[in-house]
Amino acid sequence: MTSGTTTSSGPGPSVPVLDDDPFSRSFLADPYPRHERMREAGPVIRLSHYGIWASARHEQVFAALTDWRAFSSASGVGLADFRKEKPWRVPSLLLEADPPDHTRVREVMTEVLSSRRVRGLREEFAAAAEALVGDLVERGTFDAVRDLAEVFPLRVFPDALGLPEQGRENLMPYGGMAFNGFGPRNDLFHEAMADAARIQEWINEACRRENLAAGGLGQDIWAFADTGRITPEQAAMLVRSLLSAGIDTTVYAIGNALAALAAHPGQWARVHENPALAKLAFEEAIRFESPVQTFFRTTTRTVDLGGVRIGPGEKILLFLGAANRDPRKWINPHTLDVTRRTAGHVGFGTGIHGCVGQQVARLEGDVVLTALARRAATLTPTAAPEPRPNNTLRGFSSAPIRVEKAAVRSR
Amino acid sequence: MREPEFVTVVREKTVVSDGVVGLVLGHAEGTPLPSWRPGAHIDLVLGDGLVRQYSLCGDPADPSAYRLGVLREPDGRGGSSYVHDSLSTGDRILVRGPRNHFELEDAPSYLFVAGGIGITPLLPMIAEVDAGGARWRLLYGGRTRRSMAFLDVLDRYGDRVLVRPQDGHGLLDLRGFLEEATRDTLVYGCGPEPLLTALEDACGARAREMLRVERFTPREAIHDDRDGMFEVVLAQSGLTLTVGPGQTVLECVEAAGIPVLSSCQEGTCGTCETDVLEGTPDHRDSLLTEDERADGTTMMICVSRCLGERLVLDL
Repeated sequence: MTSGTTTSSGPGPSVPVLDDDPFSRSFLADPYPRHERMREAGPVIRLSHYGIWASARHEQVFAALTDWRAFSSASGVGLADFRKEKPWRVPSLLLEADPPDHTRVREVMTEVLSSRRVRGLREEFAAAAEALVGDLVERGTFDAVRDLAEVFPLRVFPDALGLPEQGRENLMPYGGMAFNGFGPRNDLFHEAMADAARIQEWINEACRRENLAAGGLGQDIWAFADTGRITPEQAAMLVRSLLSAGIDTTVYAIGNALAALAAHPGQWARVHENPALAKLAFEEAIRFESPVQTFFRTTTRTVDLGGVRIGPGEKILLFLGAANRDPRKWINPHTLDVTRRTAGHVGFGTGIHGCVGQQVARLEGDVVLTALARRAATLTPTAAPEPRPNNTLRGFSSAPIRVEKAAVRSR
Repeated sequence: MREPEFVTVVREKTVVSDGVVGLVLGHAEGTPLPSWRPGAHIDLVLGDGLVRQYSLCGDPADPSAYRLGVLREPDGRGGSSYVHDSLSTGDRILVRGPRNHFELEDAPSYLFVAGGIGITPLLPMIAEVDAGGARWRLLYGGRTRRSMAFLDVLDRYGDRVLVRPQDGHGLLDLRGFLEEATRDTLVYGCGPEPLLTALEDACGARAREMLRVERFTPREAIHDDRDGMFEVVLAQSGLTLTVGPGQTVLECVEAAGIPVLSSCQEGTCGTCETDVLEGTPDHRDSLLTEDERADGTTMMICVSRCLGERLVLDL
């Protein structure tokens, strides 16, 4: 396939037009050269395949994410425009909402996931990571995705939420639905939705108050329904938000971090030498190989973004993963550097819709990488990681590695 | 149980004087608004952590509408300019409250003193006091007559109202006005800080029993005064650093070569949360709960500062 760049003329400076399909399998399998072409074409471009606007530069992506008044989420943060099309599910109260409605539920979720609460999860999460990673390192070779990244979040997060044991195998497919659902109705979308009705039914049941274990985050959310700050319907919807946003994202993030560190032995050597770098390494990996690659916004009025005038009611695709590799923002952006100052990356988004569970994600990444750093002197890929295509998420379905066990040392 | 929180719709927005717009808010669901008493204010939750307090200046007996007067504050962080420039009829705003720290107490006579936009909480007080038949007078100052809001509303009270714009009359003659006070008069004052200080001085020893004031001090104005220098000791690294005005703890720590994780740099994401071993943090983040703030054992070093002269951090 050949891709061309043209420019559109009209009022103001001409805007580059690219014909890439950012949701095609070829684009998703190898996004970075395509990101670069979009980024270098201009601060804001048109993607003719879908007739939408897009930006792959850090400055514009950051500006759009932080200006919720001009760049609305309520019309959907995927390709579908909720004002014109019926969404495949009831829109999220957090992700697909604007203030003032968003503000109330966001505040509740900020309290549910308060730093004190997340600190309280550390001991349990760390113990689970030590046990799982300990077994894998004894084995010597394992799949960083299948045996670790896919296992760990599913071992700790559903328990922290208080989900029923039965049916947890639906969680990953539901995340797949949610994140493929932000793209066009392509084959990825239809594959993900193949069993949608049955999975949604399980999810809806799991969000009910009586099905959530005492002491979990799910019941914490429901407790806010008793104070009148949210309705029971909203409580169930917010539990659903944790289920759709809290599993796949961390699976991809941990998998990507392990694959990136295995591919950069010098960087792993530093983390092994000083496991306190684990949390910095996880953060850098999110910049370097961002699990959430894209989100849409919709303009509420005529806006000027990077000198380009965009009219009201227009969809714009923000390439978070490309912004996180914009050389205008980052030195050597395509290099993994675990001591890099990563502040300002948009891997968790930013602004009022910045990931509300990001401290839980950081906790999971930190305990897994710390446990591995203590035990593994080297990580070596034994085969190339296998991409797992998804309309929104970037990651792998498999990343086999071999580890060299570290000499016993005192902590 | 938390105080009421509900979505309102802007029913009317009008210019009521130079630099002041009047807003009429109704309940988004068309239901009656929570009741209130003269002196009450509400929070407008404007997003991005922007919350602004405005006094209710309409009729407490009307549950269909809240009326507010909003002064454009050029130095503000953007709350008033958002209301002035962007907010329009039909927009929805989250409201918290009402609450009242400026209750109207029973008295046979009242003296009211308003400076500029400080007139707003006094309007419903005056309406109630006047309807109840108590004696009262209002001394109302402002920069210029054109800048003074709600003069039309006050018109009907005739010479009980003294309108004294500064460009024609100079500073308010508070002592002269207070000469009318008798033993059981209550004085209600609202306006800028210098006016309230002058009013306290003018009441002298009797201020405590007779004077009731409400201050309009935006939170960031207080912060600006406190952006002084302080010392930060990094316990693990054994370093002592000085955080200058206009510099954050995070910047200072990073400049010293200590790697710390940070992300939003505006106190909203929680990434740079750091344990505090000694000292009292001046919390400026939007994340910690009231309990956690009071605890003072952690802080977001990207925005929060120090209430004393020294913090010891676990870094």
